[in-house]
Amino acid sequence: MTILVIAEHDNAALKGSTLNTVAAASKIGGDIHVLVAGAGCGAVADAAKQIAGVAKVKVADNAIYKDLLPENLAELVKSIAGEYDAILAPATPFGKEVAPRVAALLDVAQISSIIKVEAADTFVRSIYSGAALATVKSSDAKKVITVATTAFDAAATGGSAAVENVNAAADLGVSKLVSRDLAAGSDFPALAGAKIVCSGGRGVGSADNYVKIMHPLAKKLGGALGASRAAVDAGYVPDATYQVGQTGTTVAPQLYIAVGISGAIQHLAGMKDSKVIVAINKDPEAPIAGIADYFLEADLNEAVPALVAAL
Amino acid sequence: MKVLVPVKRVVDYNVRVRVKADGTDVDLANAKMSINPFDDIAVEEAIRLKEKGKAKEVVAVTIGDAKADEQLRTALAMGADRAIRVDAAANLQPLAVAKLLAEVCKEENPDLIITGNQAIDDDSAQVGQMLAALLGRPQAYSACAVEAGAGSVKVTKVIDGGKETVELTTPAVITASDKLNEARLPKLPDIMKAKKKPLEVKTYGVDVAPRLSVSKVSEPPKRSAGIKVPDVATLVDKLKNEAKVI
Repeated sequence: MTILVIAEHDNAALKGSTLNTVAAASKIGGDIHVLVAGAGCGAVADAAKQIAGVAKVKVADNAIYKDLLPENLAELVKSIAGEYDAILAPATPFGKEVAPRVAALLDVAQISSIIKVEAADTFVRSIYSGAALATVKSSDAKKVITVATTAFDAAATGGSAAVENVNAAADLGVSKLVSRDLAAGSDFPALAGAKIVCSGGRGVGSADNYVKIMHPLAKKLGGALGASRAAVDAGYVPDATYQVGQTGTTVAPQLYIAVGISGAIQHLAGMKDSKVIVAINKDPEAPIAGIADYFLEADLNEAVPALVAAL
Repeated sequence: MKVLVPVKRVVDYNVRVRVKADGTDVDLANAKMSINPFDDIAVEEAIRLKEKGKAKEVVAVTIGDAKADEQLRTALAMGADRAIRVDAAANLQPLAVAKLLAEVCKEENPDLIITGNQAIDDDSAQVGQMLAALLGRPQAYSACAVEAGAGSVKVTKVIDGGKETVELTTPAVITASDKLNEARLPKLPDIMKAKKKPLEVKTYGVDVAPRLSVSKVSEPPKRSAGIKVPDVATLVDKLKNEAKVI
């Protein structure tokens, strides 16, 4: 069994999601190769070869992969797919975009967002927004899989894999990047991979109140800021990158603090694997109370500033 | 410009789905069914393109049995011009759906294909990207803004930690995130008018045999409720001394 993991990176640094995906590949077992496709991505290849359990790093350093757009990347994966029994990508927006394209080019049914490896052909994944788990067996000779990153602990470092260059595949020339607008320079850590997440919901009431209530809490704890879909749609936060949930970012921090969030199933699907969940809400009947380790029934406008003062 | 909008009949967003006692599937008997909410957003976007004068025709398409006509009628009531149902078993797997949609595209030659980025039943999030691959065309997953031009389309996508705008040569496939728009509710006169709009049923000789088999469907492990804390001081004490997370 030889497995290819498609690395997620920005040409400068390897994203943590790649480490979770390698961990899932290790559960399947076999030789693990990591594909680093980019432009000027040498530092990423160096990082990839140090992942424990990786046998080989394949590098396609070419201008046509600079922005990691799915069309050319999928062609590249297809061009080397013959060597592999399984191809894995993280179930992040990057992996979700490219993996199904690879699967269709290879005429393979993809298994999306696995949370557990039962056997080399059998996996567990969540369906119906997390209301059920399905055990799925693939009859395809080759598997294409995306990995729910929060379900697998990141692979360790300390390896020293061989690095090999691969030739670029065809340039389809049908897409180009216009702009990338990242919330860089933010005073808060990124949501994905954060150790502490402080999320505000509809109960926060306004964008001004979100800044007034949530920012000091996250700052005090060194946590990332999150929001429920209701708060995002109501404009309490600047954009959709704050959204925690099934259609936003899935998080599994050490501590998740839900403020004024009732706990729709789509939200719970994105945070229920957090180690410790705290909910602060006026409504003791809110669904979030049913999964919180610590539930404080209180007016968030009084409780959160008091919490910040007490920390 | 012609826009094709694939939609899926799924259990309604508000239905609380439960696993069957025998662990074979979820129990959807008598459950209310609707257009997949993300596909609803895709229909809305296509209609807005038409209202802006960018699109000439909006064609809704679904893959499924006759029950799915109901969802096509909803799309027609929202403003789609006509509909196509590819007659097939309900709930084909994404690769089979993409192959059938590729056949429809070969006949219809749409300039844009807009569909939801995932269906809320199987949560696979595959069909749009697979369709783009089968057609050899560009794609944009999880769109939050679409700007149609001549021979190209600019799509802003939600990515990890921000947004990204790409320019795609048309024909192109776009999948809608929940941030793209808020879909309209069809009005009664439009629902009546939709009954008279054309709905064509087609079949194609495509191998749709499933590649994945589900051996078990189970309840996710329940996270049990913890304790209620009476005040902030107790909460801080518990986090420091019991959970030891701060």
